[in-house]
Amino acid sequence: MRPFAYERAADVRSAVAACAAGMADGAGAVYLGGGTNLVDLMRLGVVSPGVLVDVTRLPFDGVEETAGGGLLIGAAMRNSDLAAHPLVRRRYPMLTQAVVAGASGQVRNMATVGGNLLQRTRCSYFQDVTKPCNKRAPGSGCPARNGDHRNLAVIGQSESCVATHPSDMAVPLAALGAIVHIEGPGGSRKVPMPGLHRLPGDTPERDTVLEPGDLITAVELPPLPFAVRSRYRKVRDRASFAFAVVSVAAALDVEDGMVRDCRIALGGVAHVPWRAERAESALRGSPATEAAFAQAADEELAQATPLPHNAFKVPLARNVVVRTLLDLVEAS
Amino acid sequence: MTTVAAPYSGTALDRVDGPEKVTGRARYAYEHAPDDLAYAVVVQSTIARGAVRVVDADSVLQLPGIIAAIWHENAPRVAPIEDAELTVLQSPRVAYRGQVVAVVVAETIESATEAARLLRVDYQVEPHDVELRADHPGMYRPDHVNPDYATDSELGDPEAALGFAPVVVDATYTTPAQHHNPIEPHATVAVWDADGLTLYDSTQSASAVRATIAPLFGLPPESVRVVSPYVGGGFGSKGAPHAQVVLAALAAKQVGRPVKLAATRRQMFAVTGYRTPTVQRVRLGADEEGRLSAVVHEAFEQTATVKEFAEQTTVVTRMMYAAPHRRTSHRLVRLDVPVPTWMRAPGETPGMFALESAMDELAVACGIDPVELRVRNEPTVDPERGLPFSSRNLVACLREGAARFGWAGRDPEPGVRRRGRQLIGTGVASSTYPVYRLPSQATARAEPGGGFTVKIAAADIGTGARTVLTQIAADALGVAPAQVRMEVGDSALPRASVAGGSSGTASWGTAVVRACEALTDVLHRRAGDVPPGGLEASVDTAEELRSQRPFSRHAYGAQFAEVGVDLDTGEVRVLRLLGAFAAGRIINPKTARSQFIGGMTMGLSMALFEESVMDVEFGDYLNRDLAQYHFAACADVRDVDAFWIEEEDPELNPMGSKGIGEIGIVGTAAAVANAVYHATGLRVRDLPIRLDRLIGGAV
Repeated sequence: MRPFAYERAADVRSAVAACAAGMADGAGAVYLGGGTNLVDLMRLGVVSPGVLVDVTRLPFDGVEETAGGGLLIGAAMRNSDLAAHPLVRRRYPMLTQAVVAGASGQVRNMATVGGNLLQRTRCSYFQDVTKPCNKRAPGSGCPARNGDHRNLAVIGQSESCVATHPSDMAVPLAALGAIVHIEGPGGSRKVPMPGLHRLPGDTPERDTVLEPGDLITAVELPPLPFAVRSRYRKVRDRASFAFAVVSVAAALDVEDGMVRDCRIALGGVAHVPWRAERAESALRGSPATEAAFAQAADEELAQATPLPHNAFKVPLARNVVVRTLLDLVEAS
Repeated sequence: MTTVAAPYSGTALDRVDGPEKVTGRARYAYEHAPDDLAYAVVVQSTIARGAVRVVDADSVLQLPGIIAAIWHENAPRVAPIEDAELTVLQSPRVAYRGQVVAVVVAETIESATEAARLLRVDYQVEPHDVELRADHPGMYRPDHVNPDYATDSELGDPEAALGFAPVVVDATYTTPAQHHNPIEPHATVAVWDADGLTLYDSTQSASAVRATIAPLFGLPPESVRVVSPYVGGGFGSKGAPHAQVVLAALAAKQVGRPVKLAATRRQMFAVTGYRTPTVQRVRLGADEEGRLSAVVHEAFEQTATVKEFAEQTTVVTRMMYAAPHRRTSHRLVRLDVPVPTWMRAPGETPGMFALESAMDELAVACGIDPVELRVRNEPTVDPERGLPFSSRNLVACLREGAARFGWAGRDPEPGVRRRGRQLIGTGVASSTYPVYRLPSQATARAEPGGGFTVKIAAADIGTGARTVLTQIAADALGVAPAQVRMEVGDSALPRASVAGGSSGTASWGTAVVRACEALTDVLHRRAGDVPPGGLEASVDTAEELRSQRPFSRHAYGAQFAEVGVDLDTGEVRVLRLLGAFAAGRIINPKTARSQFIGGMTMGLSMALFEESVMDVEFGDYLNRDLAQYHFAACADVRDVDAFWIEEEDPELNPMGSKGIGEIGIVGTAAAVANAVYHATGLRVRDLPIRLDRLIGGAV
């Protein structure tokens, strides 16, 4: 691990300033949340920031109610606290389910909401500095395409990168259209999910639309009354402590057997938490039946361009979308 | 042979070293910190085959705190020994990706790590070959297989018998490479002084490390001391010394200071051994009643170019079931891969996955209950060696296990039981493991102040050996366990065999009993008088073992699994796992239970999760951390239970015990795979049984 400086920010302005100063210094500077991914990557040599600006002491660790029934979640809130919060559990059960489906209790106790959104892919090549990776070393190549890609992307990937975004939490946030509050050197702005993350294209080194020095301060959950009946289903290779092979976050508003509204997002299939917009529009106004759910899933997955060893994710995602929606119908 | 009266053997004595371990007082290899200690970190090759051309040591030597960079051009010379895995840094050749090509020594672990990262190594690259295929042109017939079994065996005319058999199963099974991943990574602290070399090491055999390392450095064995009182698991990966032991000693010699060297978890995927992947073809010929006429089991495996390890994958088939016509064989190919080694029940574990899956396929083909099929093929003597069994209670394990599991009335129809969105199925497989016993020495000592000390360079790698030997010694001396203090894990103690081959208790226990008997004799002659300097007696069991009568000695078991397979996702969960074992006398029910269910849990992991993925382009195992190399999490281990059938077997050892460290993993994967077939109708012949192997099928 390369030597680095550590600074603890007292407020947002000094955090952003410290990060900007570190960057101006040429050493590179990043914000440190729980460190559950960043510190691993530093140890692996994948990233070598010169300055770590610890933002876990910033006063952004609570949940506030917003007008209209939404919630504003502080970016420094620990994942465990987020999952356990009564309002989150009541209004957005799929968010609680997603967070507790991720990692382990110990990791969730450390990890922050902002950090969770910004965790990096677990692609083996990205994590191995002795091998090429366009995301880690732009232009060096992507061995995963012809190598091991069993758990990598099937939708929206590019020639240069087939990585997946690993977060569970981000999947229901994408489904909800959560709004990410950002403070940066250029002031403050808001980015709605799933627009925070970006497809790899030919610049896979950029996971998100954040600019250098940008700091996530909060995540705003818009009011969505029918999300009280929502669900997160995670398919994984073992019963706990494994990244999603495929996951689905879904909320369903059914009246008289017809779908009035719905939200669907997929995890484990793309470089971003994948909002299934085609499936959503196919479903709105259609009957809440298995056949309609299957057709909607098929419409979404028609965009998939799987690789030889991850083609199974397409039928798997279809099955999980259908089953999760049926479970929601049964529950309502 | 008569067995000794044993009031304490058979009791669930708490681990005698439990308090030291849970309070952190037990010191493991890495925790030794001699004065003036320096830290070494290895540099691993980034090519799979070729040679080191240039090591740019100057690029790191100016960094603060760096003491030395050592590579093949400046490393101290070691004596050429047969085990080329250990003659490290002696040549520029690179034989596999991840091989150690240099070591950096520094004042701190952080400096050494950073320098190792920065050290520039240029290579001359050659094309590599890392893919195991049964039809690889490089397949050859090794002289023997581990440890010294015949490579092939043949009896009768199996091809003709298969031609005549009304029912034939012919199937190919594969198992992937697997890594041991003990919780304690390999670590060595090397200290040179006027007397020679001291190694604080994490090993399954202090005596073997000494015997192996001493000649490398041109030292007599007594000039090397290996201290290893506590070991955090090994599973075979610490059965013999690996490169890090030699590297620590080399580095300490080079810099003239004690050196500490630990393998990181990622490094362990290249430098501390693994289980070879296998391709196995099994052919069974039987009549309509399921009686075998022919058994043919052929295994194809890999080994490294620097060292041969030939896993004995099909040896188990030589004695498992009766059949007049039979053949077993092993073929190896030398690939540009890391060196495979022993991993818990080497041979039996992959071999019984194939054989016991094939037996299940035969049961289906004949329409016979798989428990009954195995009972019908029970041999009366060892089928290939012709020897009587010292004891064999496979049938009792199958019958009693079936009764306790609730096997009776099982509908053999696959794919028809539903519980919610899960398909439910049950499966069975046999387990077995040979009884090995190896020569060892021990000293029993009566202390002048009362009490006894028993010394043997045995290894307690977390099994409870220290505790079990305490019980054995107490019984042999006729005193309470609290009167006995065991000293183990130090090559300065009487030489002992490896904690491997499930042979520890039998081998060390024999030596402990004989030493205690000898001491009791001396005490008896002195009417119990212990002189001020104490009184001791030492033994060597080599001669006793040579006079062992010829028998076929094995432990047996039967494992029953119930699985649920998600209809939508193909996710497999093992709902229940029950093992029935017959392994001689059980000396400590508490530690024995841990061994059985620990082995079964590892078998469950093998069935569903464990797989080291070869990166064909770059030539290394790709998933080199515990987030990527999956084994069972607690949530995967729901209901794993074991029981045993007590055996009286006078042909074993003074304790009447068979080994129990490995049998628990043997057969588990087949029991799970057979249950998956029963649940889904899909026969998965390639481990692990991942959901993508089911999602495309009927699920």
